[in-house]
Amino acid sequence: MSKSHDHPENLPQALRAEALETLLIEKGLLVASAVDAVITRYSERVGPMNGARIVARAWVDPEFRQWLLEDGTAAIDQFDLEGGQVEKLVVVANSAQIHNVVVCTLCSCYPWAILGLPPTWYKDPAYRSRIVREPRTVLHEMGLELESGMQIRVWDSSAEVRYMVLPEQPLDSAGMTEAELAERVSRDAMIGVVR
Amino acid sequence: MDGIHDLGGKHGHGEVDYEAPGTVFHARWEATVFAMVNAGARAGAWNNFDRFRHAVERIDPVAYLVHGYYGRWLGGLETLLVEAGLITTAEIEQRLARVSQPRPSGHNERVAARPKARPDPMGPPPQMAGSQRGMANPPKFKVGDRVATATEVLGGHTRLPAYARGKAGVIAAVHGGWVYPDDNAHGRGENPCYLYTVTFDGVELWPGGDPLMTVSLDLFEPYLNHVAWPANDAQDAQELK
Repeated sequence: MSKSHDHPENLPQALRAEALETLLIEKGLLVASAVDAVITRYSERVGPMNGARIVARAWVDPEFRQWLLEDGTAAIDQFDLEGGQVEKLVVVANSAQIHNVVVCTLCSCYPWAILGLPPTWYKDPAYRSRIVREPRTVLHEMGLELESGMQIRVWDSSAEVRYMVLPEQPLDSAGMTEAELAERVSRDAMIGVVR
Repeated sequence: MDGIHDLGGKHGHGEVDYEAPGTVFHARWEATVFAMVNAGARAGAWNNFDRFRHAVERIDPVAYLVHGYYGRWLGGLETLLVEAGLITTAEIEQRLARVSQPRPSGHNERVAARPKARPDPMGPPPQMAGSQRGMANPPKFKVGDRVATATEVLGGHTRLPAYARGKAGVIAAVHGGWVYPDDNAHGRGENPCYLYTVTFDGVELWPGGDPLMTVSLDLFEPYLNHVAWPANDAQDAQELK
């Protein structure tokens, strides 16, 4: 269902966006530079590198980890995040027995300030329809093999609470610094489609 | 509303079209839509996210599935701009014809916006930042309570997905008072109520569901009622509490 592989500038919605953009500029409701400001903000300042810093801190600091799991909203205050959509954060931890995965079946709610803007597949009908019904199959198709006894906890973000998965620290990363660990944390692990 | 947006559990959408991290916007027009949605709020076309989400739910259902995330946003924004009287459908159509001229025909046959003849009242702008609100009354449910979700289907905005209607789950967290989207989207005021995380077993939600999965949803108090534990689960319930 995704159109991401088509020529994105020739889609009907691209033409409609152009039409509306010129109308809103003429009416004085939009300044053209606002588009560049959006691109800069969500390409450079707001993205999964912010969530990665939080995860890395939790891996090196057990007290922070506990605080993060008990009151994610308060624990991330010190990270000085921008980008919106995180009025309340709940962080859910993976373990050897439990795998967590996040979705929004009704729209595409996502913790922008922590992970940036969501990937296209997160917003598409296939992921939204299936991950709440057959998560093991969907994760398998996405390349994640879970052990047969693994419990799966799906978090469907149906209100303003936002969710982030705290992945397990990779075994081969012992002794790394917090900054090195942050480089090891992927966006997809914080959504829960990889471990 | 039982709209096309309510996708949880629907069959037939195929495999996830996965893309590795890297690209935030796939084309400039996507960022343009993002900026225009912000501009629409400043211009008074919408004043809360519930209203915006409901406008997206109301677009042409075919466009909803094929135009992608920013295409959906664009359809919702066009609807809100028309309903707020800031722009007319004719203006959009005429401008679209002009920008489309050199391109092959048939590209703009489906406009996603579907403005209402009689729009909802906008309602007052939010008096406080965010959506959390203090509550005078205590919460009706506590962690460990067993609850059943509402079964009725209403026409407007709601955050109770169809797949979780008429199902029994357990209160896993109490999140305090939050603006009630079902009223706020329609200009009927914030009417804050308690929000709970409710956890459902996979086997409760789906026929032949995965016995090792749960789905947790954040649900507002008006969606929920107390329900007794089945006899064989009563012991588990005591342990949970």
